[in-house]
Amino acid sequence: MKYKAKIIVKLKEGLNDPEGRVIEKALKNLGYKIEELKVPKYFELVFESKNPEKEVEEMCKRLLANPVIHVYEYEIEPLGE
Amino acid sequence: MPKFAVLVFPGTNCDFETVSAIKKAGGNAERVWYKQSLKDFDGVVIPGGFSYADYLRAGAISARAEIMEEIKEIAKEGKPILGICNGFQILTESGLLPGALRPNKIPRFLCKWVYLKVSDNQTAFTRFYSEGEVIRMPIAHAEGNYYVNDPNKIRIAFQYSDANGEISEEANPNGSILNIAGISNEKGNVLGMMPHPERASDRWLGSEDGLRVFKSMIEYVKR
Repeated sequence: MKYKAKIIVKLKEGLNDPEGRVIEKALKNLGYKIEELKVPKYFELVFESKNPEKEVEEMCKRLLANPVIHVYEYEIEPLGE
Repeated sequence: MPKFAVLVFPGTNCDFETVSAIKKAGGNAERVWYKQSLKDFDGVVIPGGFSYADYLRAGAISARAEIMEEIKEIAKEGKPILGICNGFQILTESGLLPGALRPNKIPRFLCKWVYLKVSDNQTAFTRFYSEGEVIRMPIAHAEGNYYVNDPNKIRIAFQYSDANGEISEEANPNGSILNIAGISNEKGNVLGMMPHPERASDRWLGSEDGLRVFKSMIEYVKR
């Protein structure tokens, strides 16, 4: 079975996000009242699996996220055979 | 004469300097492509550079290469493993050292000389320094902002300081927690550092303070 996963990896709450801070400042300079801006990483992947939940969880833990500084969330949708 | 492997990934670029610094320190060294074997070596140095173009996170892709399993075995045997700059990032990403190296607090590439305080002279790489000694080495990185959940549980080898050894916020170039510039594992045989000792290995480079990292490592193997 083929699946599509949409994975978001972001910094843990409270950790400083330098890139986010710079973009936030630039948007403020454009006149917007930004209170918070974060720059997570977004992955989209199509894969074949018999156990998609378990494999996506593994992919996040083993490579896509660094458990020291990141949290992650994902959605998986079946694409058919 | 102790022989060290200087590991080369696609994108590594400090390998030649590191080989020559080890030789100057009295050891032997060879560049080793990451698909070759590491047996027959007394230790491994993972030099600086931009392996896999820093894709995903600096060091993340190299840290999952097959050769890292061999390096974990070598570390268990007690042989010295040194990671410099990108090498340090690879060691944290692979779990050989605790914590993570995040983008610098002010998000830009830093290339400058810094003062370091030697906080632990009992590791395999710092035994030729005295404790609290202040040394000078260059840094060159965009992701050197060290973070760890519990800094009380790790062995800190080097800290960014001023010329007098004062650990201050002003002396912290990248936002690292506790001004950390280098750490080791519990046993002291695996060490990662952001500053480049190989670029401070001769007086005409501006300092030879880094040479003793390699001398210490060579002496540790001979023990």
